[in-house]
Amino acid sequence: MKIAVLSGKGGTGKTFVSVNLAFSAGNCMYIDCDVEEPNGHIFFKPQITDSHDITVDIPLIDSSKCTGCRLCVNFCKFNALAYIKGHVEVFDDICHSCGGCSLLCPEEAISERKKSIGKIQSGISGNVTVVTGILNPGEESGVPIIKELLNGKNDGDIFIDSPPGSSCTVMESIRDADYCILVAEPTIFGMHNLKMVLELVNIFKKPHGVVINKTQGEFPALKEFLSGNDIEVLMDIPYDNELGKINSMGLIAADEILEYRVLFSSLLKKVYKEAGHV
Amino acid sequence: MIAVLPVETNNMGACINISLGRTPFFLIYDTNTNHSLFIENTAAGSQGGAGVKAAQLMVDNGADVVIAPACGKNAADVLMASGIKIYKSSGCSIKDNITALIAGTLEELSDIHPGFHNHGGSGN
Ligand code: SF4
Ligand code: SF4
Repeated sequence: MKIAVLSGKGGTGKTFVSVNLAFSAGNCMYIDCDVEEPNGHIFFKPQITDSHDITVDIPLIDSSKCTGCRLCVNFCKFNALAYIKGHVEVFDDICHSCGGCSLLCPEEAISERKKSIGKIQSGISGNVTVVTGILNPGEESGVPIIKELLNGKNDGDIFIDSPPGSSCTVMESIRDADYCILVAEPTIFGMHNLKMVLELVNIFKKPHGVVINKTQGEFPALKEFLSGNDIEVLMDIPYDNELGKINSMGLIAADEILEYRVLFSSLLKKVYKEAGHV
Repeated sequence: MIAVLPVETNNMGACINISLGRTPFFLIYDTNTNHSLFIENTAAGSQGGAGVKAAQLMVDNGADVVIAPACGKNAADVLMASGIKIYKSSGCSIKDNITALIAGTLEELSDIHPGFHNHGGSGN
């Protein structure tokens, strides 16, 4: 069973929820798909057992074969190619590796070379397998890394720490999820961000529930909105000074404090039940 | 010398546009003959890489210099690889900038910004 944890923006406690859930479940896999800022490993401190580069194909132009017909330049809808002083120039960081230009070139002047865009690290932390995707700074899209992260992972319980927001990397991370947990802050902005993520999980028809984090004071509009739309509130995480400290030290709350162990065990049970886990 | 400027509308009274990639029009101005020509920027509607496509357009129109308020890194790469000089525009007026170009008082553009080609969403 695959359970994805999402949030409309960073810093809402998405990693906190997914790490503590995976820890509470045990004998499972935690996959960090927040490839631009993967933080889960800070808490799990896994012993790394494997690390490998993820590459994409970037066109390589053989100038001796190129006749300058510009078919490739005009074809590329991402404008990653330019024709300058008799040569085709490739702009790596805009290229989406669609492979179209090399198929199209009538002179077969375009082949492909591999470019590393990041890596995947796997490791073990207690009885949790921790898999982390890391996108190199400056790279545009983490989608190829997320695809590879989730590829062939079908056995047992898998907790996915999705990227924040509602972009194409988020879609990729929930594609095969059985259930989505949406982490939201009880503020106007938090509600706005939540609505964007809700739209996404609805498009993909994923069963989902909401965890409200940092319940400092009340924001009744959020709960009214959720109950009005028949959206399950799975858990409220109360505001707690101690928790901030635990997090900043890179410790797992459910491991350190009994109260959180209980909180996350019950969240886990609820999610399993909602998702029809047997 | 052929100068290219990103401009808001297709007349000499127009203001210089802030975006080299997304500007609606380019003015192509020949300082030797004082001929001017406005062309539509076909890159303006591109999903991504507008800077590269717009720069290609300027190269293809025989630009020697470009006068603009700012320039993205990829566009600058295309322009510089083609030996085109990029000058920083001063103020909004086309006429003032061309006069300053001829007088040699425009500064070369030094702040080249990285592209803004993300995939949407509100991630951070
Ligand atoms: S399509 Fe092939 S031959 Fe034509 S410009 Fe591109 S690389 Fe050169
Ligand atoms: S592989 Fe696709 S995106 Fe990349 S340069 Fe070729 S046509 Fe453009």
